Amino acid sequence: MSPILFELLLRSIWETVLMTAASGLISLVFGLPLGLALISTERGGIAESLWVNRVLGAVINGFRSVPFIILLVALIPLTRLIVGTSIGTWAAIVPLSIAATPYYARIAEVSLREVDHGLIEAARAMGGNRWTIIREVLVPEALPGIVAGFTVTLVTLIGASAMAGAIGAGGLGDLAIRYGYQRFETSVMVAVVIVLIILVCGIQWAGDRLVARLDRRG
Amino acid sequence: MNQHFTVTAEAADKAGASPQDVVRLVDLKRRFGATPAIDGISLTVRKGEILGIIGRSGAGKSTLIRCLNGLERPDSGEVFIEGREISRLGERDLQPLRRRIGMIFQHFNLLSAKTVEDNVALPLKIEGRPKAERLARAAELLELVGLSEKAKAYPASLSGGQKQRVGIARALAARPALLLSDEATSALDPETTRSILALLKDINRQLGLTILLITHEMEVIRSIADRVAVIDAGRIVEQGPVWSVFADPQSDITRSLLGAIRPQLPAELAARLLPAAGAETILRVDVAGEAASGPLLSDLATSVPGAFRLVHGGIDHIQQQPVGTLFLSVPGSDASHLAEIITFLKARKARVEVLGHVANPV
Repeated sequence: MSPILFELLLRSIWETVLMTAASGLISLVFGLPLGLALISTERGGIAESLWVNRVLGAVINGFRSVPFIILLVALIPLTRLIVGTSIGTWAAIVPLSIAATPYYARIAEVSLREVDHGLIEAARAMGGNRWTIIREVLVPEALPGIVAGFTVTLVTLIGASAMAGAIGAGGLGDLAIRYGYQRFETSVMVAVVIVLIILVCGIQWAGDRLVARLDRRG
Repeated sequence: MNQHFTVTAEAADKAGASPQDVVRLVDLKRRFGATPAIDGISLTVRKGEILGIIGRSGAGKSTLIRCLNGLERPDSGEVFIEGREISRLGERDLQPLRRRIGMIFQHFNLLSAKTVEDNVALPLKIEGRPKAERLARAAELLELVGLSEKAKAYPASLSGGQKQRVGIARALAARPALLLSDEATSALDPETTRSILALLKDINRQLGLTILLITHEMEVIRSIADRVAVIDAGRIVEQGPVWSVFADPQSDITRSLLGAIRPQLPAELAARLLPAAGAETILRVDVAGEAASGPLLSDLATSVPGAFRLVHGGIDHIQQQPVGTLFLSVPGSDASHLAEIITFLKARKARVEVLGHVANPV
């Protein structure tokens, strides 16, 4: 592989890491509260409101059912509003975050729902309010699942970021298509695949270790 | 630490309108769909006593106990906690009130992500107390329940009995005026149950803490309750001091709940009972209090000439009161002899029931 290609590879790794990390973080910041809102507003939840629950659920399902490549294009006006441009790595972070947030909200919802209802009742019996229940019971008890779900989301984002090449965001997927596939640079293709494997394995390994440390359920 | 509790108890007296009754329920009703879970329950829990509520599963016990701290709302009726009506309070007003009421659960409900001491300290964290105070109080309570060395452990590493001890310590953290126990020993083995009940009794005596417990096990009522209320289909069918309910149960439900722990006629004898007069008559004699503490049988032998035989039975002690059941066998077909025995026993305040006759006594 030529030094130029190698430099391209390094830049692509950085772009992929940047897109994945930034949109992963944003999906965590918005997805977790969304997941909490979903389980809190459902029947028997700590802030039961079936109407809110139904609207939230419908919006999340709506975003999740649009294929990412279409979302990428459809969100161009919004991206331009937020980032100031509709092309490049930073521009890709907007649609990636918007796709990953409802995805992560559903994963967080599943973990949060597994928290034993008896624990919520115990916190209420102690005089705890909703905020106490969220902070002391729901999030800490569901934390292993929340972290494991975040790991899954990051890996999914690495895959989705490959499509971001369509709006000039670069990244490993884009490099593989343009050099490895279209220009028959097999060494680039192999290098990209190896880097992706290392990235995915690394994220999964770190996530698993963190979950094991957090899980006190014995 | 006891001083702390004395002070709190006095404060509770000042706060409550009626210092004797920690809980007063008036005609409480709650239905789920068409089925009433609680169908007009009135009762009081007096300061410092242990009131046991017993019933089969589905009798409405859990709904009832949850009405006391507002986890469940009654459809009608009134709930007074330390003299204050709470059944129509909003969630926000209930929160400070719940801090006056500790609760322990069948499945302990400890937070798996927190250490034992953080679990115990949680009610104080909810109250907004400083960390140093919370940990000091947790240490104090863990010593009380005998788990000081487990302070930094996580609940998953504890046995069921230890978990319930942590549950008890946690329930006491905010110095409650009332402890609610929701089947707290139902998930524990008999030996652990005994040690948990002994701990609750200790706490009741040492700290003067009022305890309301629900259970489906008469053994629990018998070992620690002062008074018992039996509920069935959402109603109280019987209530009174434990020894008197044990000595003289009025309802079928109570009798069936008592079944396993009251003496019964041995099965092989019961199988041979005949309604028609035979060689021997089998009597069931229930005694309690005065009747059980005197020399009943020797007096019977001296006052009424003629033989009788003790077939089965004994005297038990409940709340320091003797309560017993004796099965006597009276030989012969002499009706007047039998009548004399029955008259004598009844005069001594025993309850006598002719169970039947045995043709061929062993």
